[in-house]
Amino acid sequence: MTITDTPRPQRRAQRPGRITRTSVPGRDGRSSHPTRPETRRNLARIRRDDVLRVVGAAAAAVAGTAWLFAQVFPFEGPLTFVVIAYLLFVGFFVVLISFDDNRVTVTDRVAAVVMHSLAAVLILALAVVVVFTLGRGSEAFLNWNFWVQDLSLAGPLDPMTVGGMAHAAIGTLIMISISLAISIPLGLLCAVFLAEFPSPFARLVRTVVEAMTALPSIVCGLFIYATYILLFGFDKSGFAASLAITIMVLPIIIRSADVVLRLVPSTLKEASLALGTSQWRTIWHVVLPTSKSGLMTAIILGTARGIGETAPVLLTAGYTTYYNLNPFTGPMVSLPFATFTLVKSPEPSQIARGFGAAAVLMVLVFVLFLVARIIGGKGAGVLSPGGQARARAASLRDAERFAHRDPVITGPNDSPAPSPPALNDRKGTL
Amino acid sequence: MTGSNTREAFRATDGSSGQEDSPRQLTTVRGASDSVFRVAAHGGGVVVLLSMTLVGLFLAVRGAEAIAAAGPSFLTEQDWEPNSGRFGIAAVLFGTVVIALIAIFVALPLAVGTATYISEYAPLGLRPLLVGIVDLMAAIPSVVYGLWGMFWLEGAILPVAQWISTYFGWIPVFNVPNFNPGDPLATPTVFTASAFLAGLVVAMMVAPVAASIMREVFAQAPIGEREGALALGSTKWGMIRSVVYPFGLGGMIGGAMLGLGRALGETIAVYLVISPVFVIQPNILQTGSNSISSLIALRYGEASPFELSALMAAGLVLFLITMLVNFGAGIIIQRSRSGAAS
Repeated sequence: MTITDTPRPQRRAQRPGRITRTSVPGRDGRSSHPTRPETRRNLARIRRDDVLRVVGAAAAAVAGTAWLFAQVFPFEGPLTFVVIAYLLFVGFFVVLISFDDNRVTVTDRVAAVVMHSLAAVLILALAVVVVFTLGRGSEAFLNWNFWVQDLSLAGPLDPMTVGGMAHAAIGTLIMISISLAISIPLGLLCAVFLAEFPSPFARLVRTVVEAMTALPSIVCGLFIYATYILLFGFDKSGFAASLAITIMVLPIIIRSADVVLRLVPSTLKEASLALGTSQWRTIWHVVLPTSKSGLMTAIILGTARGIGETAPVLLTAGYTTYYNLNPFTGPMVSLPFATFTLVKSPEPSQIARGFGAAAVLMVLVFVLFLVARIIGGKGAGVLSPGGQARARAASLRDAERFAHRDPVITGPNDSPAPSPPALNDRKGTL
Repeated sequence: MTGSNTREAFRATDGSSGQEDSPRQLTTVRGASDSVFRVAAHGGGVVVLLSMTLVGLFLAVRGAEAIAAAGPSFLTEQDWEPNSGRFGIAAVLFGTVVIALIAIFVALPLAVGTATYISEYAPLGLRPLLVGIVDLMAAIPSVVYGLWGMFWLEGAILPVAQWISTYFGWIPVFNVPNFNPGDPLATPTVFTASAFLAGLVVAMMVAPVAASIMREVFAQAPIGEREGALALGSTKWGMIRSVVYPFGLGGMIGGAMLGLGRALGETIAVYLVISPVFVIQPNILQTGSNSISSLIALRYGEASPFELSALMAAGLVLFLITMLVNFGAGIIIQRSRSGAAS
């Protein structure tokens, strides 16, 4: 045994005058949890100079364009004014920045302005589309009869107080209901098949389904028109239109449902299978509930597409101005198809009715979309506050049940453990 | 103990002599409910596959009749008179592609700008709302866009079209032969119902679709690389150009191509705004254009069986082009760095 005489060099931390403190992330309660995702810093800060420059350039641009329009060029139209004013604005803005800053900063600021304005153009255009449709349609849909009457008594020259779009609304609802009654069970079954039974055959089905999402909607209508109506000799009817919509919506639903189902964590499935559950029970009690919100979103977005599509209905439904509650006989009209037919008329009142139908259709799609966003938009297994409370309450009940359970199976003479109620409880919580 | 058992035991102890350990064959015994479920799920797959293949095959068979009758002139003939045997998709296909290209040309900057704004510039509190608005735009029915184009945009775009034609008429595409800019009484009606207008309307439908895909891709750009760029002294735009755009390039191309697929198949909005012509119309500002889907909507009603086959052939061509574009988009998105995760 040898002992070295030379003292080990002092560690830096032990030298006098140093504060030694080792902090372990997450121990002291201040630092963030290591598994929590990083959050992004917001770099969008606004300086007073920037605001002043934008305001100055905008004022100069508007004034300059007004002068150009009045004095120099014989331009006309508000759109031209806006375009020229915008170009001038960017020019003035560049000049203003280059007084103070270098080229790199100028590029940065101009890029920011361009991005802002492109986004503004798109959103403004949306606002124009929505407001314009609602505005032109309000002439029709503000009358109560628009919601409860059909068009059978309203001639092209009748005022807005006669006739309505109820028959088209009912037609839309009937068509989409039939179409969903076919496409939801079949679509979900096929999506489960694609996600849960991977095989070369499933890959083939997935490829075909993805190819069919490219099928133009008018070709769906043409197919039904050529087979159901011309080949089999049935009349144009709501059912034919539903079939055409189904062909269009089915690949959309399958594709998005397949994506959602494949996002279910495999640990959840394996945990369920490891408990001895059958595959069917695993899918019914684990996979489908976990992906419920995503599946709802897939269905609702498919519905929104199906409701709004005119082309398949145009070829297959026929046009009528009467109520028709029977999808199998007689023509039936839907809201987009009625819009399409009415706005081709030269009569202003018919056009107004068409806009009214379009407005109702748009509101219907908005509502569906809102519902989809409220239900969906969450990842697999992410619960709403209410769902979290329910899950907590359920696990609390389980904990109590376990705590109150008799000590089990010590010998063959003991009474058997009370398993049946436990099974029932579990069923309720799943 | 039989002979074979001892031989096996011997082999198991003596690892060097030949037979390696092989994995056990696991046999799965399925319950009745599982078997039923398997059959049902496979049945669902088969039904979907059959019905989808049926649609495709029916189109192909019926379309092939017409294509066989027309021969190679199906691709070169501009007229559409199937009953007299003179028909081809040259004009409508040209119109479809021109409208889709105008739409993409207009929609691409809008989509990139909007996606960049939402993922990089917008205030954090505003982002969910903007995302919702853009997704909502993608869900607005096409007939509404058609109405907007027909009753609002057509009037608003006339002076712009006239201005472009007056000052850029020397570029062949923007030339309008019947319009003389020097004539003060020249009527601007030569600019109505043009491919340009249809392209703008379709662009409004395509931009949100492309923007929402691009935004998702941009938002995935790694924070480490973003902050690395900023730490090296880059400006925000420098960071976007050197990190976000290269990362999201696959998503940008894929999103644009998916939008193109949507633009190619659009029927009603195009049908409402254009006035159909059956000639190749290279002057995009001039009245008159056509597309395959609006040709179908226009002609299906009074079609004879053969004419219907011809329409199906046209639909088939459209379907194949859209499918190619969509698959191309899917492959580009998947191969790209940003798409590997999704």
